[in-house]
Formats: sequence, C-alpha cells, structure tokens
Amino acid sequence: MSKNWKSRLSIPLISILAGFVLGAIIMLCLGYDPIMTYEALFTGAWGDPNSIGETLRQATPLILTGLGFSVATSAGFFNIGGAGQYLVGWLSSIWFVLSFPSLPGVVLITGAIAAGAIAGGIWSGIAGVLRAYLKTNEVITTIMLNYIALYLSNWIVKSFLANGDADYSKSIPQSASLRSPFLMELTNNSTFHYGLFIAIVIAIIMAFVMKKTTVGYEIRSIGLNSDASKYAGMSTKKVIILAMTLSGLLAGIGGAVDGIGNYQNILVLASTPSVGFDGLAVALLAYGNPIGIVFASLLFASLKIGGLNIPVVSNTPSEIVDIVIALIIFFVGASYLFEYISKKMKTNKSKGGKA
Amino acid sequence: MQSNFDQASCAIELKHMTKAFGDFKANNDINLKIKKGQIHALLGENGAGKSTMMNVLSGLYQPTSGDVFVNGEKVAMTSSKDANNLGIGMVHQHFMLVDDFTVIENIVLGAEPTKAAGILNLKQARQKIMDLSEKYHLEIDPDAKVRDISVGMQQRVEILKLLYRDANILIFDEPTAVLTPSEITELMAIMKEMVQEGKSIILITHKLDEIKEVADECTVIRRGQIIGSVLVKNSSEQQLADMMVGREVSFKTDKTKSKPGEAVLKIENLSVKDSQKVERVKNLSFNVRAGEVLGIAGVDGNGQSELVQAISGLEKSSSGSITLDNQNITNLKVRKVTEAGLGHIPEDRQRFGLILPMTVSENIALQSYYCKPDSAHGVLKYNYMNEHARHLIEQFDIRTSSEKSETGALSGGNQQKVIIAREVERNPKLLIAANPTRGLDVGAIEYIHKRLVDQRDKGNGVLLVSFSLDEILNVSDRILVMHNGENMGIVEASRTSEQELGLMMAGTPLDKIKKSKRKVADK
Repeated sequence: MSKNWKSRLSIPLISILAGFVLGAIIMLCLGYDPIMTYEALFTGAWGDPNSIGETLRQATPLILTGLGFSVATSAGFFNIGGAGQYLVGWLSSIWFVLSFPSLPGVVLITGAIAAGAIAGGIWSGIAGVLRAYLKTNEVITTIMLNYIALYLSNWIVKSFLANGDADYSKSIPQSASLRSPFLMELTNNSTFHYGLFIAIVIAIIMAFVMKKTTVGYEIRSIGLNSDASKYAGMSTKKVIILAMTLSGLLAGIGGAVDGIGNYQNILVLASTPSVGFDGLAVALLAYGNPIGIVFASLLFASLKIGGLNIPVVSNTPSEIVDIVIALIIFFVGASYLFEYISKKMKTNKSKGGKA
Repeated sequence: MQSNFDQASCAIELKHMTKAFGDFKANNDINLKIKKGQIHALLGENGAGKSTMMNVLSGLYQPTSGDVFVNGEKVAMTSSKDANNLGIGMVHQHFMLVDDFTVIENIVLGAEPTKAAGILNLKQARQKIMDLSEKYHLEIDPDAKVRDISVGMQQRVEILKLLYRDANILIFDEPTAVLTPSEITELMAIMKEMVQEGKSIILITHKLDEIKEVADECTVIRRGQIIGSVLVKNSSEQQLADMMVGREVSFKTDKTKSKPGEAVLKIENLSVKDSQKVERVKNLSFNVRAGEVLGIAGVDGNGQSELVQAISGLEKSSSGSITLDNQNITNLKVRKVTEAGLGHIPEDRQRFGLILPMTVSENIALQSYYCKPDSAHGVLKYNYMNEHARHLIEQFDIRTSSEKSETGALSGGNQQKVIIAREVERNPKLLIAANPTRGLDVGAIEYIHKRLVDQRDKGNGVLLVSFSLDEILNVSDRILVMHNGENMGIVEASRTSEQELGLMMAGTPLDKIKKSKRKVADK
C-alpha cells in the first residue's frame, strides 16, 4: 500500500518539476530570467495576505470542479462538461438569491448552494441518462451541454436578471454573500470568502464517500470492471446516472460558491468558464484523490494569481506562466500515456503467452 | 524420389512441428499431411491445440522446432503476409470485416488495385470479384454495407476475400458455428465446389455430421498431439467421437453415491435468444435436485452460456420458466436471483468474477457489500470485511500475502479460490460452476472438484457446465448433454460412456442411440 502511495505521489511531483524546468529553459532561450520570474510568481501568489487571499479564492471553485470530474472518472466516464455544470450552478444560485432577496442570510446561502447543486446535477444527469439508456457518448453530450448552458445562461441573464441593457445581473444583497468583513480584514481586502472551507469539507466528505461507502464501492467497481459488477448484481444504469449526477452536482456547487462568494452577480460570458476545464487538469494531476485535488487546486491557483505579478515586477510576459501551466498538464498527460502504454504492453504479453 | 513426389501432392505438410510457450507445448511433434484438392477435417476438444497449429500455418506463430512444407517447398513464414503470398488464407470464426465499408471495399481491403498516383480502381476489382462470385456460387450484394448483410453473406465475403487474393489453401475455423441450418447446407456445397476447382481446404470443427458430409480425411488432436488420421468414408461417427474424447487416466474425485432430494432448480420449456435474436436455448427442461451435481456437457457454443445467463438473471428468457428453491425467478434481476439462493462461478473469472485492481477483501465482499455485516447505513465496515476475508483466506487456503493485496497479483488458481470462497460461503441452494477449472493446474482442479462435491454433500444442488468430458464424468452424478440449444438427453454418470456422450454432443439424441442399440441387441 505505502509503495503504491509513493509512486502515486511521485508522478505528479515529477510532472510539476519537469514543467518548471522546461519553462525555465524556454525563458533562458528567449532571454528572460527564470529565477526572477519564479520569484515573482511565488511572491505574487503567497507574498502578502492579500495575495494569499486571492490565491485561496481562486482555488475554491477548482477544488469542486476537480472533485466533480474525478467522481465521473472513477465510474469510467469522461465528464468534460464541468464548465457547463459550473455555469448552470452559478446561474441558479444568483437567480435564487435575486428572486427571494428578503429571506434571511443563512436561508439565502444554503438555498443558493442547493440550487446550484441541483442545477449542476440535472445538467450532467442528462448526459448520464443518455449514456445509461442509449449508450450515447458522454464526451459529446457534455461538450454540447456546455454550449447550451452558455447561451441559455447569457439569455437568462439579459432577459431576466439584468438592469436594462446591461450584460451582467444585479448584484446579490450583502446577506447572501460568502464574503465577510472578518476575512477581508484578515487578507487585506482580498476577495477571499468562506467558500474555501465549504470546498475543503466537501473534499473530505468525497474522500469518505468514495472509499468507505457502498455507493463509492459501486462507482469504483463499475469503473474498474463493469462486467464483473453486473455479474455481482449491481445496476450499472443506476450507478452511471448516479455518478454523473454527483459529478455535475459538485461542479454546480463550485459555480454557486464562486457566484455568491467571488462574483456576487452573473455576467454574460463570451465563452464557457475555464474553471470547468482547469478542474479536469487538477483532477488528473491529483490522480482523482480528493485530498490531492485540494493541493493541486492550490498549485493551479498559485500559478494563475502569481502569474499576474510577473509582468509587474519583471520583463517576462505573463504568457510564460500559461506555458508553464500547459507544460505541467502536458507532462501529467504524458505520464498517463506512458503508464497506459506500459500496461497495454504487459497485458498483451501475458495474453500472448497463454494463447 | 518417392518422398518428393509425396510432398508435391501435399498442399501442406508439417514434419515434427512443435510449438511451445515456455514449458507448455501447445503442439507437440505434429506430423500432418493435407492432400491437394481435398477437404481435411481437424477435430479436437477446446484447447487441444488446433488454433495454435492454424496460427503456425497462417504465419502468426513460428514453430519452435520442425518444418512446414507448402506445395512441397520448405517455407519459413514470419507474417500472415508470407502465408498470403503462398496462397494460404483463413476464414476466421469471428469475421474480420469493416462494418461501415461496402462488400467490395472489404474484399479489396489491404490489396486495393490502384491507378497511377494511388487512385483506387474499384472497377477492375469489381469484375474479378463478380466472376469469382459466379464461379463458386458465392452470392453477394457488392454495394451493400457489411453491417446490413446477413451473417451468412458476411462469411461469403470472407471467403471471397481469400479467393480474390488467389488463395489455394483455405482454412475454415468453425465456419458453421454462426450459421443457420440452410446456410450450413449452402456452405457445404460451396466447399465441395471449391475442392473440385482444385483448392484445398482445412476444416476445423467439433461437428461430426459435417465431417461425415464433406471431409475426405480427418485428423484428431488431443492435448497438442495427433491421435491419428483416418479416411472419413471408412469411419463411423462413433469412431471419430471415441478418438476425440479419448480415454485418459485422470484424478478421480472421491465421492460417495449422491442422495438426491427435492428439485432445487426447475427449468421448464426455457428458450433464450441472444443479442442478435438468434435462439440459443431451445425449449429446454430439466431439474437439479438437492444433493446432486448435474453436469451439462456439450461443445462450446451450444447454448450453455446463454442457459447459465438466463438462470442467473443476466439474460432475459423469451419463454419458459425457471424456479429456484420453489421461487419463480424467471427474468428476475441478478441480485434478486442471488438473494433467492444462487451462487455463480462465472466462466471467465477475470472478466466476470473479479475486479482485479481491488483488494482480495473487497472482492470477497462483492456479493454482500450492501448488507449487514459488511456495511451498515451505506457505510462499509472495512474492519469486519478484512477480518472476514482473513478467515476465508485461511479456510479456503488462498495463497496471498494479505487480504489487502490486489487480487490481480494472485495466481489463476488462487483467484478462482477467491470466487469459490465468496460463492460457497453463502451456502447457496444452487451453485452454478461454468468451466471452473479452465486453465488451472492439476492441484487446483482437484481442490475445486472437491469443493463442488462438498457443496453437494451439504444438501445443495450443483450445476456444472464444462467443455471437458473428464471433468463432467468425474464430478457429476447425472449428465445432461446440450447440442444446438437442445436437450439431447440426461444420463447417469455411472452408467454412461464417453462414446455415448460423444455421440450426444455431436447431435444424436439419447433415445435414438438407445433405439439403435436395441436393434443390435434384437438381431
């Protein structure tokens, strides 16, 4: 077990290191100073209370979309629709709050998160039902649902939630916000909000659900061997729908928490929010481990927020940070490919021997 | 010079050919002559080594030692392309066709005629294909997509693929397994026509009636060795069955006479269709009684899998009823059937019986994880599961370093023991074991047989499905033979013979055998 743990941890760490090293080489080739750049990156993300607050805020929705992606992956499905599920979650939370602005704060916050969860769950549940009953490829349906979510949300914002011709909704009342004067004071007026704690608690719950409950056991079984699961009497249809719904539900909570914590309103968007796709990368980097997802999200958030500081203090363009992020994802992906190939080779060998 | 002449009249000759995988000899010192212009049948049980031999002939495997001669010339084939160039082609049991391509596109695939600059010239190909189609009465629809044509036509496309490449030696691997009776008759006629045109055919089959009908010579293989070759016209189906089954010394499982009680499983007029809507189990009726092992003998693909799947709830039956321990379980869900008292050792343990990346203790809980004491209120009790697993590991002598080891790391025999521990421990009223010892060594086989008999002695019913007659005769109290989805008859294991079972497996019903015996006795 412990050996397994070490090897599981080593691949993401090597990928991260390789991403940074190659990023440094690229900077040297282009004539920028990698040490100065990385220093700027680090201080930009963790150098003062305000930066820390922003980094933690940035990590919050990533944790939730990452958890969502990993649940579907455990059941053997590639839910690429995190962006759409996050967006319908965001929309529903803001819509709920704006519809009942006079309710007490606790009710507003719980209701907003519940609305986001339900909307996200339904959104990916559609893909789950299609998959279970019609064997429709979930990659295609979730991508298409992303577009539907985008244009539906834009239309709803413009038609029902905006003031006049504005391309953003009214702001939510202070009582419904996850921000607090205390956290703002603590982090020197950053946008840090209570959502992070919600995300961490949910990550812990998900670790428990996947490892220790019968539902998690069924999801893992079907992901690892759906034939044997069927022979053992599990309903694969039920579990597929459940896993996909749970997956979208988590992304939806991510959208709700970001909506009432970070944005405080909802905007007309030009493209699907990148948080959905970053969640996918985070989950891959963390091998789907819920606690790992928390740390991977912090890393991604650090790169994003720290990256903003790079052009301020050095002459390196911020695109370099995007290159480093892309390289890390690339190496994580490549290690998966590498593992896949070596596994394939092993099974082919053993099959050939038996024949 | 005599030997040279001999070789020249042979399409294929194997001399002392051995193919080994590690220590295991799949083909051992094979000497075989396939004469030109003849149909040569190859008969043997599953795993006898027929496929290995054909893979050597089609260039996929290289022999470990010995020589291969084609048309009198010694050859060394290293790929299927070499075999192609020598005029050898194989019609696989599972067709190798591209569903979305048309019949013509499939036939030319890999040998496409082109004009300059790589532009396809299908016109020229079409002419050749239509000529061949007419010559051999291989009726096809050249522009239909393969996914839209019948299985019989797909097979004709496979044959045309070989003829298009000018193959002279055609290997048919169980060609009738997927065909309807009328398609079989057609195929037989086509094969006869092809040998008349000078082609040579190797026919791999289990079906004695087909051999009698078309083959000139028949070679029997058992455990990688050739038992003998006979002229078909001089031998009876009885003789061929004898040769195929053989009489081998084997471990006899110690068991007392069974004391059967009430029926635990009643199958009445059961019919099951597969996903292609082909009826695989036909109006089958039988009982399994408490305290007995009922063996189901038969050649692979005669409806045994579909029968087991229908009983266990994995496949719906189209008509008839299944009663388990006085409860009607027809078309119930798998879990309900399990709860009604069924234990199931599935035929492919790694695919259907285990989740290899999970731990031994998680696999042991696979049928009971959702109820107490494995879990409570939806939360798994790992402490209990692990303790329970440790207990079973000791009781069933499963060799593993820990209950937390990955199941995939265990040997095949120990993986099977994990399944047996899980299924037997629940003390099911009926235990179905489908080829439970396939691929296992002698020690594991003996152990598993003993466990099946134990289960019987506890007063439960056991349904053993096996392709191995040794196993069936050794463990069963009564034996039902299935052929083409039908019940050929039930015999007492102590009062039957391999010959009788062999005839039934080849499609002769029991009452017909008895009648002919009576006739002999009357005379």
